[in-house]
Amino acid sequence: MSLSVNNLVLTLGSKQLLKGIEFQLNNNEVVAILGPNGAGKSTLFKVLSGEHRHYTGEIELHGRRLEDWKSAHVAKLLGILPQSSALAFPFSVAEVVSLGRLPHSTGRVSDRAIVQEAMMQMDVLHLANALYPSLSGGEKQRVQLARVLTQIWQPSELGERFLLLDEPTSALDLSHQHDTLKLARNLVSNGVGVLAILHDLNLAAQYADRILLLAEGVCVAQGKVEEVITAEKIQDLYGIPVTVIPHPEQDYPMVIAS
Amino acid sequence: MINTATQVDEVISLTLREQRIRRASAVLVVALLLALLASVGIGPMPVSLVDSLSVITAKLGFHASSVSPVVETIITSIRLPRSLLAMLVGAALAICGAAMQGLFRNPLADPGLVGVTGGASLAAVSMIVLGGTSLSVISQLLGQYSLMFASFLGALLTTSLVARIATTKYGTSVTSMLLAGIAIGIVTGAAVGFLTYFADDSQLRTLTFWSMGSVGGATWQTLLTAGSFILVPLILIPLQAKQLNALLLGESEARHLGIEVEKVKRRLIFLTAVAVGACVSVSGMIGFVGLIVPHLVRLTLGPDHRYLLPLSALLGALFLLVADMISRTIIAPAELPIGLITTLIGGPFFIGMVVYRARSNAL
Repeated sequence: MSLSVNNLVLTLGSKQLLKGIEFQLNNNEVVAILGPNGAGKSTLFKVLSGEHRHYTGEIELHGRRLEDWKSAHVAKLLGILPQSSALAFPFSVAEVVSLGRLPHSTGRVSDRAIVQEAMMQMDVLHLANALYPSLSGGEKQRVQLARVLTQIWQPSELGERFLLLDEPTSALDLSHQHDTLKLARNLVSNGVGVLAILHDLNLAAQYADRILLLAEGVCVAQGKVEEVITAEKIQDLYGIPVTVIPHPEQDYPMVIAS
Repeated sequence: MINTATQVDEVISLTLREQRIRRASAVLVVALLLALLASVGIGPMPVSLVDSLSVITAKLGFHASSVSPVVETIITSIRLPRSLLAMLVGAALAICGAAMQGLFRNPLADPGLVGVTGGASLAAVSMIVLGGTSLSVISQLLGQYSLMFASFLGALLTTSLVARIATTKYGTSVTSMLLAGIAIGIVTGAAVGFLTYFADDSQLRTLTFWSMGSVGGATWQTLLTAGSFILVPLILIPLQAKQLNALLLGESEARHLGIEVEKVKRRLIFLTAVAVGACVSVSGMIGFVGLIVPHLVRLTLGPDHRYLLPLSALLGALFLLVADMISRTIIAPAELPIGLITTLIGGPFFIGMVVYRARSNAL
């Protein structure tokens, strides 16, 4: 049960943005994608979420090509959180979150309970009646994530669910960053596979099971955290000297720019 | 403990909003019925509300008529079709405005601003001026439907052209959409001017009617013809409410929610073209209804299309019915074209919206 990518190549104009990406996301793990600006992280994300359709190679969801799935079915299996949302109409927070229930027809009562629960988990319940356009960037991000959570809230008979996040913590404060990634871990224990683009190496090291390093459209390394987060690999990737030390209390590495 | 308290608050406030929507719908329905009765009562021969009601209920077969046959004829064959047409056109223009604003994710979109009305009226004017000569094939083929068909086709062509210009592979640009709409409006306006220049006297009189809009001269025949075109979009557009709600999040987000975005876009543009084309063919250019009405509804009840679309239709019907009453009474016995009245209200309203947007940087 997985989301797998085989030999993915994407060319836009004369530029090859993704060059033969291969990886697999299983339903019991958090995979973080790391890489410098312009490495193709968001491009890869857009291909996975069906934005760019003119790629070559295969993307398979549960062994079936992604394009062959009905879009209504994909919506029940893939929760997707893009980087920013352009919503400018004065929906209340509760209304925005409940839009995530659109692909489902579970009835108003259970939808409302799910929306409440998701708002509570993302710490936006106190904003339920606030108008979305008036929120701060971090609040908007949490509301959008709550919306995506309601979309893949319940197990589906179609297969295991996946959550794709493009920089879910970019606008969040420290405590909400950790809350969000703890939530991702929580989802994994409920059988959801999580793929997240992150910029903070230490957040990735702390919460991911596996890490994928991208540079110039090529996957330069992927594997367990301690295999990928090494001083040599990080220096090669970002071009600055770093030191990698073990966390004083936990068993994951920490990256310090030196 | 704190959590349960907020939870209860939340449930209550959600139902409060629903209560407000229910109340607004009830008020609108009652107001619309009263306005309809008032509208058929107003005129050179005033009829009281009670008599109007009795004529209508008698016609519907509830009881025998007790009103004089002259009054009955005036109401049933002159005033009632006119009032019903005003309601139908108002509802259609308002719901199309709401749908366009949702589709383009911009509260300033309006069938007039994005070129639909321009295309429809150019086609209609072409039929009026050239219907007897170069376009006689169409008028022979389709008879009384030719004007409606032409307007619809013109509306469809310009709408898809505007949408095509504004849509790149990165999505639909709102700025290019508005600019393309304005440009197409100018071009169609110039073409209308060109045709006007070559029109003869009787055609000129008809053309003047187009440019200022009117629901006068409505008969059961026109009501039936236009109504059959207008009712379809009026029923089908509200069925796209969920899709429009998702589209407000952005096209990618809507796609992730399982919405087939391109299909929904095509469907809405087609339905809008049908409705606006039919409206223009029977009532000419009536501007700003599609802009003001949805905006007012959104301001009071929020942007949820499940309520916005039907309530815009109701308020649009009421708005045009009242505008028609004003147009008939303000300089009686003459009539002021209804399009002038909606434009007179809509222009300043639009300026106000732009100023408000610029000041608060949000809508």
